[in-house]
Amino acid sequence: MAPTLKNYLQDGSTLRSWFLSTDHKRIAILYLLSITFFFMIGGTVVGLIRLELLSPAGDVVSSDTYNRLFTIHGVIMVWFFLIPSIPVTLGNFLLPLMLGAKDLAFPRLNLLSWYLFIGGGIFTLVAVVVGGVDTGWTFYTPYSSTFANSAVITVAAGVFITGFSTIATSINFIVTTHTMRARGLTWFRLPIFVWSLYATSIIMVLATPVLAITLVLLAVERGLQIGIFDPSLGGDPLLFQHLFWFYSHPAVYIMILPGMGVVTEVIPCFARRPIFGYKPIAYSSIAIAILGFLVWGHHMFVAGESIYAMLMFSFLSYAVAIPSGIKIFNWTVTLYKGRIYMKTPMIYALGFLGLFTIGGLTGLFVAALAVDIHVHDTYFVVAHFHYIMVGGMVSALMGGLHFWWPKMTGRLYPEFLGQVSAWTMFLGFNLTFFPQFLLGYLGMPRRYHTYPAEFQVLNVMSSLGASILAVGYILPFFYLVWSLRWGKKAARNPWRATGLEWEYADSPPIKTNFESPPIVHGPAYDYDPQKEVNFD
Amino acid sequence: MWDFPLFPEQASTAARHVDQVYFALIALSIFFIFSIGGAALYFMTHYHFRRDADRRNVPKSNWKLEVIFIGSAVVVSTFFFFWGAYKYLKISQATDDALELFVLGKQWMWKVQYPEGQREINRLHIPVNQPIMLRLTSQDVIHSFYVPAFRVKQDVVPGRYTTLWFEATKTGTFKLECAEYCGTDHSRMLGEVVVMSAPDFARWLANRPVQSTMVAQGERIFARAGCSGCHTAASAVHAPDLQGLFGRRVALSTGETLVADASYIRDSILLPKKHVVAGYAPIMPSFEGQLSEQEIFALLEFIKFEPALNDAANASPNTEKNDANK
Repeated sequence: MAPTLKNYLQDGSTLRSWFLSTDHKRIAILYLLSITFFFMIGGTVVGLIRLELLSPAGDVVSSDTYNRLFTIHGVIMVWFFLIPSIPVTLGNFLLPLMLGAKDLAFPRLNLLSWYLFIGGGIFTLVAVVVGGVDTGWTFYTPYSSTFANSAVITVAAGVFITGFSTIATSINFIVTTHTMRARGLTWFRLPIFVWSLYATSIIMVLATPVLAITLVLLAVERGLQIGIFDPSLGGDPLLFQHLFWFYSHPAVYIMILPGMGVVTEVIPCFARRPIFGYKPIAYSSIAIAILGFLVWGHHMFVAGESIYAMLMFSFLSYAVAIPSGIKIFNWTVTLYKGRIYMKTPMIYALGFLGLFTIGGLTGLFVAALAVDIHVHDTYFVVAHFHYIMVGGMVSALMGGLHFWWPKMTGRLYPEFLGQVSAWTMFLGFNLTFFPQFLLGYLGMPRRYHTYPAEFQVLNVMSSLGASILAVGYILPFFYLVWSLRWGKKAARNPWRATGLEWEYADSPPIKTNFESPPIVHGPAYDYDPQKEVNFD
Repeated sequence: MWDFPLFPEQASTAARHVDQVYFALIALSIFFIFSIGGAALYFMTHYHFRRDADRRNVPKSNWKLEVIFIGSAVVVSTFFFFWGAYKYLKISQATDDALELFVLGKQWMWKVQYPEGQREINRLHIPVNQPIMLRLTSQDVIHSFYVPAFRVKQDVVPGRYTTLWFEATKTGTFKLECAEYCGTDHSRMLGEVVVMSAPDFARWLANRPVQSTMVAQGERIFARAGCSGCHTAASAVHAPDLQGLFGRRVALSTGETLVADASYIRDSILLPKKHVVAGYAPIMPSFEGQLSEQEIFALLEFIKFEPALNDAANASPNTEKNDANK
């Protein structure tokens, strides 16, 4: 039946009602538009990079420009796209709904977090306009503190401000999960997506302050030259690396755990059966969050750390692979005795399974001391992390967007185009990044503007793949926007999925989410594969 | 043997070991991709919604299976950790008979110094089947010395020495690349390692124009910079004896002891208050900004190898005596 209350999209149409909204759903939409904007900038920049890398000579842009391009690609994609991505869009939208709550614990803090994100983003864009930054997203000293002639402090300030957005979001999520669950919704009845957001939030709140301090120290060193990182003043350049990676390694788990959570929602729905091994999957998210803080030194195997540190970090890096392996096994077994429907979200989720498996396996390569000496700082590492972050996390983001699109917008996306995009993305992605494993082992270093001629064929393949991958991202942008006006209207639960957001909230939900607070009576993923389903 | 276009050639003793671990990991990856992918594809087709299949008694959990999963992951991880570490220790093993060369990285070139005094830019000549030890430092930012054909890489850090051991097994010319982003011309900081047979290398060394050996250069700097003013037998100033210092245990004023290695000597010149020797006042001035890294390399050689350091420094900088004796 048609709802008598207005949905959250209709409830207020002034600019003020959007830009001063404390409704978690509207804030999620504001974030979605923002991260899409940054993704387009980060993606355009890499288009230029791959264009340059079509030929060995540096003939498209100058070296200084190229160095600014790869730096801003990393800075934008890490801090202004991937780290926020799923948590601030799907997380903000769905967490209260999945818990049976009206909103997050601190709605005004949520709005503030968006403004902090935008404020930090503006700083970074200003830096790009005034000439860019050329230190790499990793800002290694003493290049960044003493030698770089670029807007280092401006970008550091932008990232510093955005860090507070992350901290605010994570505090909100943790408190909400602890205090606002519906009656009957015990921890082990929660959707796994909630567990993954919770684990992600723990990492965010503990690690981000370290990044903040590190950036402050970098700015102080650059501005005042007091000798924190400058060896000629008694400082230690490696101190920066320890501080930076102590944050940035956990950060990569921020950039995958939410994606794992999305996949764990999509696969049970389209296999029509409960997730296999709920508790191991839930616990493995927490294990990844904890172990992720203990491996930062694996970024420094060649930097000059002691052999004892190298051994410990290598060992712990293998340890952190194990909880991820458990998830992969459990997702695969979830297909057993299921009833499989290959809808668009499922294609993305299964793509995640394949690409994350490959990316994760190559983690075993870089964790091996003998191999890392050779592949460190080469394209092997670039391929490794893109398989996980792009092949994994971005696939999950796309899958999640498609899955929850009807809930968020009240419209269905066109299924055929969805499948075309998912496959295009999968094939384009592999063509872009698989050759980079080979390039790395052959000895092509990272961040190279020009390269020896023998690397050209693989680079051309990679650039070709990138153009196909771009299509895979541009298509959804168009048809998703199209669907807002012309897409088929969605029922409350077009996927016949389990979960409070599907069963008790409209598509799209009313502003306060539920007409009355729902009560939970049983476990999550209460699917029966023996029943056939008619999706809308 | 390995003329495979997808892997660089194996031109050092380390290469074989690194490639073994790499190939084993590839085999493992193929195994996992096929088993997981195969299982997933099988389930996707066998349990496709259009197919009739037995979907009763869906297992929600199975701790035995989880233990097998976790157990096999633990076994695989442990094995590769140990093997990767063992191979690493093997290929980074120092030997006493290594030929020591000095490499200075700077934006954007590699400067090489031989003990006999030869110098090169962006090129290293070395003999085949001979362990080599590079003592590396940077004059400005962090660089990284990378020779893919040898499977070796070592970051080159300003303010400290790092070392790299390798032994080439083939003659030929092999690419040297900088592998740590260092600014504008990072991708142009390329070089070559030229590996020659031992007689060819000796001939090359002999033919290379040389002004003086590094020890002789170091001796001149020792006098010119004023080190000999305090650190010789004739000095009135109470300063530690540098004769035979390299490799000696030194007691510090804090009560610790350490072995005087190259980094200690370099730090003592540039940061003299960092390690004050027990029984001495911290009055040595710093030479930061007065000596280049290459001059410090030369001083290091002088301190290491000059048998008559306490007397030799008294000779005038223009003497030919030491050069003629080498």
